[in-house]
Amino acid sequence: MFEVEDLNVHFGGIHALKGISLRVDEGEIVTLVGANGAGKTTTLRTASGLKKPTSGRITLDGKDITKLSAQDRVKRGLCQVPEGRRVFPAMSVSENLDLGAYLRRDRAGVAADLTNVFERFPVLGERRRQLAGTLSGGEQQMLAMGRALMSRPKVLLLDEPSMGLAPLLVQEIFSIIADINAEGTTVLLVEQNANMALQVAHRAYVMETGTMVMSGTAAELSQTDDIKKAYLGG
Amino acid sequence: MGEFAQQVINGLSLGSIYALIALGYTMVYGIIQLINFAHGDVYMVGAYVGYFSMTTLRLGFFESLLIAMVICMVLGVVIERVAYKPLRNSTRIAVLITAIGVSLLLEYTMMFFVGAAVRSYPPLPDYLTGSFQVGGVTVGNQQVLIIGVSLLLMAILQLIVRRTRVGRAMRAVSQDADAARLMGINVDNTISFTFALGSALAGAAGVLVGVYYNSINPLMGILPGLKAFVAAVFGGIGLIPGALIGGFFIGGVETFVSAAGQSLYKDAVVFGILIAILIIKPTGLLGRNVKEKV
Repeated sequence: MFEVEDLNVHFGGIHALKGISLRVDEGEIVTLVGANGAGKTTTLRTASGLKKPTSGRITLDGKDITKLSAQDRVKRGLCQVPEGRRVFPAMSVSENLDLGAYLRRDRAGVAADLTNVFERFPVLGERRRQLAGTLSGGEQQMLAMGRALMSRPKVLLLDEPSMGLAPLLVQEIFSIIADINAEGTTVLLVEQNANMALQVAHRAYVMETGTMVMSGTAAELSQTDDIKKAYLGG
Repeated sequence: MGEFAQQVINGLSLGSIYALIALGYTMVYGIIQLINFAHGDVYMVGAYVGYFSMTTLRLGFFESLLIAMVICMVLGVVIERVAYKPLRNSTRIAVLITAIGVSLLLEYTMMFFVGAAVRSYPPLPDYLTGSFQVGGVTVGNQQVLIIGVSLLLMAILQLIVRRTRVGRAMRAVSQDADAARLMGINVDNTISFTFALGSALAGAAGVLVGVYYNSINPLMGILPGLKAFVAAVFGGIGLIPGALIGGFFIGGVETFVSAAGQSLYKDAVVFGILIAILIIKPTGLLGRNVKEKV
C-alpha cells in the first residue's frame, strides 16, 4: 500500500536518513519508534513531500510518488497529521475541518465526512465556531486528526499524536487511532511513546540515528530485550 | 465645524488611497513575511497605465481603472515569480534587498520609456469633475468616486479572503505554510494569487491618485509607498483590517496637519508616528504579541 525504499535525506552536510526502507500493507497500523533525533519526523516529512530526498523511492498503491508535489500526494490519498498538531490557530474549528477537504469536490461526501468527524470527536462539534488556537492540546490533536480524515485518506501518517497529552487523553487518542484503522484506513504511526504504539500496532520498525535497526510484529518487538530496555522502561 | 467636516472628507479620500496600497503590503507580509518595497512602484505603473489608457487609447475612467488593475496584477505576479520565488529559501534580508532592487528597476525603466517629466492626467468627464454641497461642506464628485471605488474594492477583497476557497488557502498559508501544504494547498500559486490581488489594488490606487492630484511621475510611488507601509505597520502588519484602519488614519493625519497650515511637516509627522508605534506598540494597533512556541 505504502512503501519507502532506500531513502536518503540530507540537511546540508548532515545525512539524516541513511537508506531506510519500510512498508505498510493495506489495513495495517505500522509504528515507527525511536529516540529523539532518530529521523522519524524527517521520514514522514519526506513521505508527504515537504522535504526532498537525495535518493530513494516512495510508492503509494504501487505507483511512484517520489517526484510528486505535496498536494498531489494528498490528492492520491496520503495525508499527514504533523508533529505538534499544526492546526490553523486563527481559524475556527469548522474552517480547519473545511481545509482538510480542500481538494475534494464531492460536497455530499464532504458533508457526510464532517458528520462522521463530529460523531467521532463530539467536542469539535461543540466548539465548531471557536478559534482553533484557543483549544486545549488534546482538542487540537483531535482537530488535527479530524482535519486529516476530511481528506478521506487511504494512508494516514501520524506524527507523535500523544506528545504533550495527559495519560488519559493518550489512551483516548490511541483508541481512536485503532477505530480509524478498523474502519479501513491504513496507518503509519510515529511515536516516542513506544509502549502505547506497540499496543495498537500490527508491525513496528525501530529507528536509530537515521537507520532502521529492527523490524517485526509489534508483539515480537515488545518482547525483545533491547527494546524493553531502550524504549519501554524495563 | 464645517471646516472640520471638510477636512474629514479630504482625509477619507487620501486615506482610502493609502489603505488600498497598504492592503497589498500587509497581505504580502502576511503570507511570506516580506516587506515588498517594490509595491509603491507597482502603484506608479498603475498610474501610467491609466494615463496611457485615457490618453492614447481614449478610454473612459472605469475601463482605464480596470486595465490598470489587470496589468498591475500581471506585473505583481511576474515580479514574484522572477525576483522573489527563486529566493524562497534564502535569508529574509536577501529578499528585502531584492525588493529594493526591483523597486529601482521599475522606477528607472519607467523613466527610460516615458521620461522623468511630470505629466498631468487628462481631464475627466463632467460628471466626475463637479462638486456638491452637503450642509455647508463641499464634496467633490472625484472624492465620492475615490472613496466609493476604494470601499467597493475593499469589500470585494474581504469577500475573496473570507468566503472563497482561494481566500481560505491564503489565510491557511499565512498561518502555517507547511500545514497548508499537508492540506493539499498549492503554496506557490497561493502566494502568486496574493501578489495578484495586492498589485491590482495598487494599480487602482495609482489611477485614483492620478485623477485626484492630476500629476504623475516615475518616482511618485516612493513616498506614498512608504506611507502606506507606515499605515500597514500602524494597524498591525499582516492584518487586513489593520491596513484599512492605518490607511485612513495616516490619510487623516496628513490632511489635518496640512489644514493646520503645517503642510511642510506632514511627512515628518507621518514618519514620527512610525517611530512612535515602533517604540510603544511594535505589533501595531491590532497586532498581538506572538510568542514563538517551541
